[in-house]
Amino acid sequence: MRGVFVHASPLPGFGPALGLTLAWVSVIVLMPLAALVMRPWSLGVGGVLASLGSARVLAALKLSFGASLAAAALTVPLGLLVAWVLVRGRFPGRGLADALVDLPLALPTAVAGIALTTLYAPNGWIGGLLAPFGVQLAYALPGIMVALVFAGLPYVVRTVQPVLMDLPAEVEEVAATLGARPLQIVARVVLPALLPALLTGFAMAFARAVGEYGSVIFIAGNMPGLTEIAPLLIVIRLEQFDVAGAAVLALAMLALSFAMLGAVNLLQHYLARTTR
Amino acid sequence: MTARFPPVPVAVVLAALAVLALLVLLPLAVVFAEVLDQGIGRALAAFDDPESQAAIRLSLLVAGISVPVNTLGGLAASWCIARFRFAGRGLLLTFVELPLSVSPVISGLVWVLLFGAQGWFAPALDRLGLQVIFATPGLVLATLFVTFPYVVRQLVPLMLAQGSDEEEAALTLGARPWAMFWHVTLPNVRWALLQGVLLLNARAMGEFGAVSVVSGRIRGQTLTMPLQIEALYNDFQAPAAFSMAALLALLALVTLAAKAALEWHTRRAPDAAWVPA
Amino acid sequence: MLFLVMATGDRPAAAQDSLLNVSYDPTRELYREVNRGFAATWQARTGRIVLVNASHGGSGAQTRAVLDGLQADVVTLALASDIDALAARGLVARDWQSRLPEKSTPYTSIIVFLVRSGNPKAIRDWPDLVRPGIRVITPNPKTSGGARWNYLAALGWALRQPGGTEASGEAYLRRLFAQVPVLDTGARGATNSFVQRGLGDVLLAWENEALLARDEVGAGKFEIVYPSVSVVAEPPVAVVDAVVDRRGSRAAAEAYLRFLYTPEAQDIAARHHFRPRDPAVAARYAGTFPALPTFGIELFGGWDKAQAQHFADGGVFDQLTASSK
Repeated sequence: MRGVFVHASPLPGFGPALGLTLAWVSVIVLMPLAALVMRPWSLGVGGVLASLGSARVLAALKLSFGASLAAAALTVPLGLLVAWVLVRGRFPGRGLADALVDLPLALPTAVAGIALTTLYAPNGWIGGLLAPFGVQLAYALPGIMVALVFAGLPYVVRTVQPVLMDLPAEVEEVAATLGARPLQIVARVVLPALLPALLTGFAMAFARAVGEYGSVIFIAGNMPGLTEIAPLLIVIRLEQFDVAGAAVLALAMLALSFAMLGAVNLLQHYLARTTR
Repeated sequence: MTARFPPVPVAVVLAALAVLALLVLLPLAVVFAEVLDQGIGRALAAFDDPESQAAIRLSLLVAGISVPVNTLGGLAASWCIARFRFAGRGLLLTFVELPLSVSPVISGLVWVLLFGAQGWFAPALDRLGLQVIFATPGLVLATLFVTFPYVVRQLVPLMLAQGSDEEEAALTLGARPWAMFWHVTLPNVRWALLQGVLLLNARAMGEFGAVSVVSGRIRGQTLTMPLQIEALYNDFQAPAAFSMAALLALLALVTLAAKAALEWHTRRAPDAAWVPA
Repeated sequence: MLFLVMATGDRPAAAQDSLLNVSYDPTRELYREVNRGFAATWQARTGRIVLVNASHGGSGAQTRAVLDGLQADVVTLALASDIDALAARGLVARDWQSRLPEKSTPYTSIIVFLVRSGNPKAIRDWPDLVRPGIRVITPNPKTSGGARWNYLAALGWALRQPGGTEASGEAYLRRLFAQVPVLDTGARGATNSFVQRGLGDVLLAWENEALLARDEVGAGKFEIVYPSVSVVAEPPVAVVDAVVDRRGSRAAAEAYLRFLYTPEAQDIAARHHFRPRDPAVAARYAGTFPALPTFGIELFGGWDKAQAQHFADGGVFDQLTASSK
């Protein structure tokens, strides 16, 4: 078997390591996911389609995926700005700012949830500022977007930073000596080089946003058809003893996510080929 | 060092800092502001509550199990994936990273599908009198699922970049396999490993969505710290909720500080390998 | 954090019996005190120490948990329909409701309005809820038992109006839910949205919850408005036969539920703003609980019919909210 399926290697331990790995992956990842893939079909194909076709489900999916796409799109320029300043800026406290970028990753989502809600509620620091103008942030779409951008920011920044750091300064210098203005340099030289990283960051921020639960659940309004995110609908279905229905929606979410990520992947391959 | 980048305009720097402050710093500040608002004394008194203490113990227990298990598994998987080439290697890596793309709620749902009363293993559990869902084992399983890939994501890119030359050299010098692993492989990856463990721990203690699906919300027994925060928040005890939230926020800050220290140690800028999810 | 772990080393004396009470959302404070009283009674009677654990959440959510294997010895939920769901699965005997007095409901509540102090929007009765610009806070009937009582209280008022029909009732409900900005999953979440986050002009709530919010959060900030008519919300209790038979805890579980009917427990309930069944205790607390015209679940044909018609998938509530976009 070794020669056919495994390339020969002088390094030891492949057998045991692979065995352990397969056991670990099977028990913790594959088995549960198999259950998820199989459970919806207890309703039959018709049942699955009916379960998915309800207006409430479609609204929840539309909200989750739509808001996540929009939030990820919004996060990209913001993340690029922050990454740019962290890499090329020189200012006191840069190290601190850099460390802070990872906060949304390290902070528990429930903590982020109550913090964001308190901040953007009508009597919060920011919500209170905007309330007199009739702008409502919490319990409405803007609040959801804020939570999603919060969750996705580190992904964009951390994906762009290393690429930005590796960019040779010579290219930009040459462009400058040829008479290009700073904005032109950014648009024509830097951005194209960053495009793959930006796409990756976008994809990761999107994936995170779609599944986000803890930080959104406190600040969303949870109105069916309006501000009800898909993960919440899964929980609600569970609480209504509709385990199969919950599994249906979960599987649909997974399938849609993979489809979108696959599309982004293809886009990246295409870019990689055409920008050689 | 020939070419230099032009300095970044101050306005741009300020704009970026404003974004960071607004989006990231403010929520953190709110948590601590709410705690300071009530006074340190009252904030600390929140931890006298036996239910809150139980929640802390439970979080520590769940993390205490998840971290070693996923670290060991992660080491084994990284060794396979980064040091060997075999059919299905890409597929294995995809499966390992799968939990990253799965919503926390789904990460909890899958265990209900397996061990809930209508689940695959329900009859067997019934016969054995075992309780998985709505008990600590369920919490641990849900946490294992969501924290699965963290160590692998840290180690694999690094190990691939480093190559296996040092290990092969050690072998030709007569080192036994475990000695090679212990004295060559591990030291080479220790900072990345530590970073992975750090984030694994932070996520294990802070997981909310997955555990809320499998917890029975039994006061003093199956509420982890994030769930206890939600429970306190819903109990008209927002001050106590923020006390516990501040504790977790402190843990997050310590994690960030440790990570920054580790990176400074390797004099390596944050790179894509760190991006966990 | 080490000192926290060490400081938590104190444990109570080893319990010989243990019970899990799976309850609905607003009963935390109530059962904390009830459990203490029961432990004392049980020890006096049998010499054994009992540890009563409690789990709280939206009634629907809690029912799902028990169906999924949460080992509840007793359930004390928000409405009969949820316990019926357990009976349908064989976890609870089918005749559960007749095994204890008063349809297994040791205390009741009604649905009231909680408004901000001074009642700035002059909300006095059900028609005021659908005035333009009034924002109503209620939890989600799909997950919260209290929310279902809210819904039925509103519907009942509409049905009892002169010329009230199912159609006019649904029209009223549609207008009502159009005024709701946020649907929390449990009664407590809704109370929090109203009380702590300052959302909405009026909260529809259990009377016990409204009284708790008014007194706990601070006098002077909220007042309770009693509508012209309301629903008698009857949160029942039951022993979970499948669990107590397996754990051998039936004696303790049944004693626990019967304890709820004793004068001591009825007094605890009254102090926690639940309307006691015991006439003597009720008389003592008559000042806390105003009398007002009420109707019961019978107006809707019983819980089976109400649940199927209104709250099941595709039911009236789903139709109302689907078309309100």
